Amino acid sequence: MRGVDTRFEGRSRADDPSAPADPPPAERGDAAANLGASRIEARAVRVVFPGGREAVRGVDLDLRPGEVLGLVGPNGAGKSTLAKAMAGLLSPSSGEVRIDGAPAGSLRRRELARRIAWLAQDVPADLAFTAAEVVLMGRSPHLGALGLDGPGDRHAVWEALRATSASDLADRPMEALSGGERRRVLLARILAQGAPTWILDEPTTHLDLAHQQLALRLARDHADRGGSTLCVLHDITQAHACCDRVAVIAGGELRALGAPGEVLRPALLQEIFGVRFVEVTHPETGKAHVVAL
Amino acid sequence: MTLPASTETATLARRFSPARLAAIVALLAAIALAVFAAAAALGAERISFGAALLDAGSLDARILFGLRMPRLVLGAIAGAALSAAGAAYQGLLRNPLADPFVLGVSGGAALGGTLALVAGSLLGGSALQGGALVTTAAFAGAVVATLLAFAAGTVGGRLDPTRTLLAGVVFNSFAAAMITILKVAVSPEKAQELLFWLTGSLGYESGSTLLLAGIAVLIAMAVLSRQAHALNLMVLGDDAAAALGVEVQRTRLVVFFAASLAVAVAVSLTGMVAFVGLIVPHLMRLAFGPDQRLLVPASALGGAAFLVAADLGARLLFVPLGTELPAGAITAIAGGPFFLLLMRRRSM
Repeated sequence: MRGVDTRFEGRSRADDPSAPADPPPAERGDAAANLGASRIEARAVRVVFPGGREAVRGVDLDLRPGEVLGLVGPNGAGKSTLAKAMAGLLSPSSGEVRIDGAPAGSLRRRELARRIAWLAQDVPADLAFTAAEVVLMGRSPHLGALGLDGPGDRHAVWEALRATSASDLADRPMEALSGGERRRVLLARILAQGAPTWILDEPTTHLDLAHQQLALRLARDHADRGGSTLCVLHDITQAHACCDRVAVIAGGELRALGAPGEVLRPALLQEIFGVRFVEVTHPETGKAHVVAL
Repeated sequence: MTLPASTETATLARRFSPARLAAIVALLAAIALAVFAAAAALGAERISFGAALLDAGSLDARILFGLRMPRLVLGAIAGAALSAAGAAYQGLLRNPLADPFVLGVSGGAALGGTLALVAGSLLGGSALQGGALVTTAAFAGAVVATLLAFAAGTVGGRLDPTRTLLAGVVFNSFAAAMITILKVAVSPEKAQELLFWLTGSLGYESGSTLLLAGIAVLIAMAVLSRQAHALNLMVLGDDAAAALGVEVQRTRLVVFFAASLAVAVAVSLTGMVAFVGLIVPHLMRLAFGPDQRLLVPASALGGAAFLVAADLGARLLFVPLGTELPAGAITAIAGGPFFLLLMRRRSM
């Protein structure tokens, strides 16, 4: 598995005091075993919406422990729908999603929430709850029915806010935050949830460049500690830099799956997005990148 | 970089905690008790608490325990039921306009009660004077309206808040039109009685009826309190709540029917007392924040105090004329402008 710092040029760990400390490499293996990320298998998943539109057309895809898997494709390609199905939030019209070998539908919501954290594209903008309260909601799968939190939960909230550079937003109502600030708070909620598997629908949306990199680094670190992350991404360069594997989705079908360098080829991307792509060499790392013209 | 623990604590100080709930409940219970005491002491007749307590056969005792207390208890039960239900509906449908009226639950109860009154009038049955049939029919009407709103609002197995509200609005118009037609069929005196009931008025119910109503409302509130945390999570959206472990559809069903049970009980006994279910939850949200675990009990206590106070006003305002207003007229007259003021202040 590749290190974090080589992947996120321009913002090294030393620059960012809010970044969580890196565990020593010797401890990573243990942590990986402890996180115990779920293995999610989509088999011939087909999702047809009530109006008859077929959003996902028979996709096979696995999310493996310890990896960041990118989902890339144009708007309306079925990425979010597939991500939702793999998070167990949507029952496929046919085919099945298995989570650690069990059909997703057979698991209780609470059990799923302890294994998988899901980040929506957005939340209602008029939430009166404070940022800290929303992050605390991430602890719900670990709390009783009345949601009474303990010191450990509050500490997790604080740590999560710190990791997403959102500590200063803690006491502000969500409705008073900008789109990017809200996004960071929601990412903090994912961290606070403490689930080994993350399914993030466009985690970098609304974020400025520095926070985009922060979000992707959180996903990368999580995978490096043995967790797993499925990321719906729009930025090809980010997908290239952050993901272990990339799935390219278009028209509800899986068009390509593999290492970013093998899959994100100019010809395929051009065909799918209708935009010209070229391959360039990064002046510092010497690695090949695909960029849109 | 670790910040001091005091900062961490301060950050989540506003969150829900049993201590905060206890403090808010104690405060509102004290206010409610003060209102009850005032409502028990004041009225067309001056009474002496001392005389009432010492001599059970005295006129004071008969006024206090026979007339005022049952009416106070009814006001408290109905106010608590309507307000707690309003708080739950607003959370459930993620819409600040949701209340027992807009959803059509009250309209259903009114139609049911009117049908019973008219049937009684046409059949000339004096057995209906006690109002037991009216209460039962109103309850049935509320249940039918709840089922209709739920059925009309459900699309593809999901409850759509906008559709549910629209279905309620449409059903209300239907119920209002039906009531207007039915009014024509009864005598002017009966129509007057009907109007008084429809405006929302507190009458004199038997102890057993109040006990039954109190138990039903308490059960509904216990259910709503149990679901309050799930309702909090549902403000994030159905999928986000599900991803945090909430069984969204089950929660919706349970909350919708528990709140509607409370409303059905209230409306069947008091008619359409306006605004209590809308204003009190908003006031409590402004004062104590959006957490449903605080809102449901706070709205219940606030609603009880508000309706008892409104009924006190209804009893006292026209004493010189020897008549009294329906409490619903007071809640609407006081509540309407107050609500507009609140909305303006919030948006400023």
